[in-house]
Parts: sequence; structure tokens; C-alpha cells
Amino acid sequence: MAGTRSPTERPLSPHLEIYRLTFTFLMSGFHRVTGFVLYFGMAIPVAWLLAAAAGPEWFDFVNGLIGTFLGRLVLFGYSWGLIHHMLGGVRHLIWDTGRGLDLVSIEVFARATIIGSAALTAALWLAAYALGGL
Amino acid sequence: MRLRTPLGNARGLGSAHEGTEVFWTQRLTSIASIPLTFFLVGSCLYLIGADYEAARAFISSVFAAPALILVVIVFVWHMCIGMEEILVDYVHSPALKFAGLIFNIFFSVFLGLTGVYAILKLSFGA
Repeated sequence: MAGTRSPTERPLSPHLEIYRLTFTFLMSGFHRVTGFVLYFGMAIPVAWLLAAAAGPEWFDFVNGLIGTFLGRLVLFGYSWGLIHHMLGGVRHLIWDTGRGLDLVSIEVFARATIIGSAALTAALWLAAYALGGL
Repeated sequence: MRLRTPLGNARGLGSAHEGTEVFWTQRLTSIASIPLTFFLVGSCLYLIGADYEAARAFISSVFAAPALILVVIVFVWHMCIGMEEILVDYVHSPALKFAGLIFNIFFSVFLGLTGVYAILKLSFGA
């Protein structure tokens, strides 16, 4: 509670920088980072929906922004983050059942999230370009 | 006047039985987000190259509109809980922390309301 001091200073857990950087550690951090970035990225679909509601001029304007090189780069990052966070979330849901917490599984999960998200994002953008509009 | 410490008062009372509500909601919204992510990505692919009328027709269709509203509500709810967790984990200064927590609610409600409004306007508006 704010303002109250406990009679004994309790020990604090050591912070991030003292641990060796492992792949599972990196993917754990990635899950939070992608969540943080997706938080602000949510403005993209909402802006697009609002532009559609505002009329053809706004819709074309926002679509034009998304269509620029920078816009596509942002959208690419957003889609990768979304897919990565989804796969990382599935991993967490599996852990919630008490399964997959052994040392082999966590390494497999960590690799599966990054490889899976990269592959799915690549497939998505190949499909997008194949469909021709972009 | 009570001379007991806060810890002394709480001891022996047992669990409040309310501590897992946020944890549960985050799991609920994460499960819902899986099919919704596929729907959102699929919709984007479907709408590639679509002009205004086609996009409008899709968003306001009876199949897409409710799903899109779910996308907005579920994603915003999930991200609001997630950001609160990040803020209480890393921001220790009370002033900054509360500013962040307030911004988080405002931003989330703003995005959620705006998104749902846009879909409803396309569905029912002129």
C-alpha cells in the first residue's frame, strides 16, 4: 500500500539484464512487444472502418496512405505482429492447461512461434500480391 | 482506534475469490481472437483492390458486420487488459502510472466506440 512501509525490507527479484539471453526468453519478450505494438496498430483497422463510414473521399485517402511503400511496410509489420502474437497466445493457452511446460516443449514452442509467424506472414503477402490489387 | 496493521486485518480472511477475473477475461478474449484474426485477415484479402462501393457492401453485409463488431470489441478489450499489465509491471512512478492507466482506458474506449460506430453507420446509416 502506498505510504506504508513494511517493517522488514523484502528482497526484490533480480531484473532482466542479469539473465542469459535464451531463445525462450526472447520469444517471451517478443510476445509482450508485439502486444504493445498491436495496441497502437489497432488504430489502423479502426481508421480504415471510420474512413469507409466517412465517405468515398476519406476511404480513397486512407486506402492511398496504406498503398504507399511506407503504408505497406507498416501493414506488413502489423500483420506479422498479429500472427506472431496469435501463435504466441496459442502457446500460452496450451501452457494454461498444464501441458508443454517441459524443457524440450518450450524450445519447440519458441521456434514454432517465430518460424510459424514468418511462414504464415510470407504466405499471406504472397497471396495478397498474387490476388493482384496491391 | 484500531491498532492492527493492514496485513493483520487481512490475515485469516481467506481468498477474496475475485483475483482471477482479469486473468479469465484475457484468456476468454484471446480464444475469441483466434477465429476473429482469421476473419480479419481473410476480409483484408477479399477486399484487395475493392472500390468504395464493394468495401461498403462487404462491411455492411449481415455476415461481415457482426463479425467485424466482434473483432473491434474483443481486440480492444484484450489490448486494454494487456496494456494495463505492462503499465503496472514497468511504470513505478505513481503519477506516470495513473496517467498511463487513464490514457489506456480512454484510448481503448475511443477506438472501440469509433470502430463499432463506423460499422453501424455503414450498416444502418444513409
